[in-house]
Amino acid sequence: MLGSLLGALGGLGVLDTSPEMLALFVGFGLVVGVLFGFFGMGGSFLVTPALLMLDYEASVAVGSGMAFVFGTAVIATLKHHDLGQVDYKLGVIMITGTTIGIEVGRASVYYLESIGLAGALISVSYVVLLGGVGAMVTRDALNGEGGGIDHEAADKPLSEYDIPETAKTIQRTVRIPPMVRLRGDVRVSVWVITAVAFATGLLSGFLGVGGGFIRMPAMIYAIGVPVPVAVGTDLFEIVFSGGIGSYLYGQGGGVDLGIVVPLLFGSALGARVGSAATAVVDADGIKVYFGGMLLVGAVAVGVGEVGSVVGSPALETAGLVLVIGAAVVVAAAILYTSVVSLRTTREREAVTAD
Amino acid sequence: MAGLEIPTWDPETALLIGVILFEAFVLYAGYGGLERLVGPYLMDLVVGGDADAR
Repeated sequence: MLGSLLGALGGLGVLDTSPEMLALFVGFGLVVGVLFGFFGMGGSFLVTPALLMLDYEASVAVGSGMAFVFGTAVIATLKHHDLGQVDYKLGVIMITGTTIGIEVGRASVYYLESIGLAGALISVSYVVLLGGVGAMVTRDALNGEGGGIDHEAADKPLSEYDIPETAKTIQRTVRIPPMVRLRGDVRVSVWVITAVAFATGLLSGFLGVGGGFIRMPAMIYAIGVPVPVAVGTDLFEIVFSGGIGSYLYGQGGGVDLGIVVPLLFGSALGARVGSAATAVVDADGIKVYFGGMLLVGAVAVGVGEVGSVVGSPALETAGLVLVIGAAVVVAAAILYTSVVSLRTTREREAVTAD
Repeated sequence: MAGLEIPTWDPETALLIGVILFEAFVLYAGYGGLERLVGPYLMDLVVGGDADAR
């Protein structure tokens, strides 16, 4: 049994990866997992750029990034299913739009690759994306408005959620049939859901990301879904979008199990640690670092791309070190703050007991 | 591979995705079991048990 499994893994390329790279991917997966478990997003932001900087082909970097997102989403969805936070009807409706979006994004990557522009354009897109989201999260964190998942808000019962004004306006004005009723007593046109799904699918297919950082706010502000259901349904949706995208990329040789298997091995453990840390650490204090990490990531991808264009390995290495270093620093900050917070609580309990 | 495509059945790619799916289920169950088994011991080790706190 073990022999045949190892044989299958060997045939699929897992055993072709050197021990050093396996260790690097497990470690990087651990860091990415802590960030994903804690912030509820950002799981894939750093993987594809890091793979590009490690000189993988654009289709392999995006395809393997997407397969990693798929595995991570399966694990996270199982957890959210247990908590009753997945709207399966909404998820299923979104699948068509997402699938078409992914296919358009994927076809764009292969077309750009055929004319030699894929790596550069994907890197530029990441600079804009990481820079934009990083600036938004940093601004919100500095203004005390948070960013990412509001852990306290996510614990409220579904009936206590107010539908945002923008979602109410969309629900009133866009009444193209068929209309559907979703969890949280939301009634919305299937076309609004499909448009949101297509846009995020396009982003997923082009960049290899899960698209949760766009899909989650879109579900909340455009469709009017309660926060915890948006989180759970987004993950369920990523299972499909990631699965379909990975399959499409896999057919073109774009999924490298030597990258995905060790990354997932590390990230599944990291996500448990990160998720547990949300119970003991005030996320608002750390979100500013998360925003800073995304901004550093944007700079790093830019530096790496310049290094690639001018043929400077030193700049490419600097970009890679910056990306991994920024993620390691923020993950370490989460772990350190968690341990300090737990120790303080234990000491207080001990004093009270005495 | 450029151009829009309808996914076609490919056993090798299906096996590839199956391996990732299988790994995800194994990790979910495996790490969950490990957390229950060694979680409290690890917490005491990292945070310091009640005796240390006093």
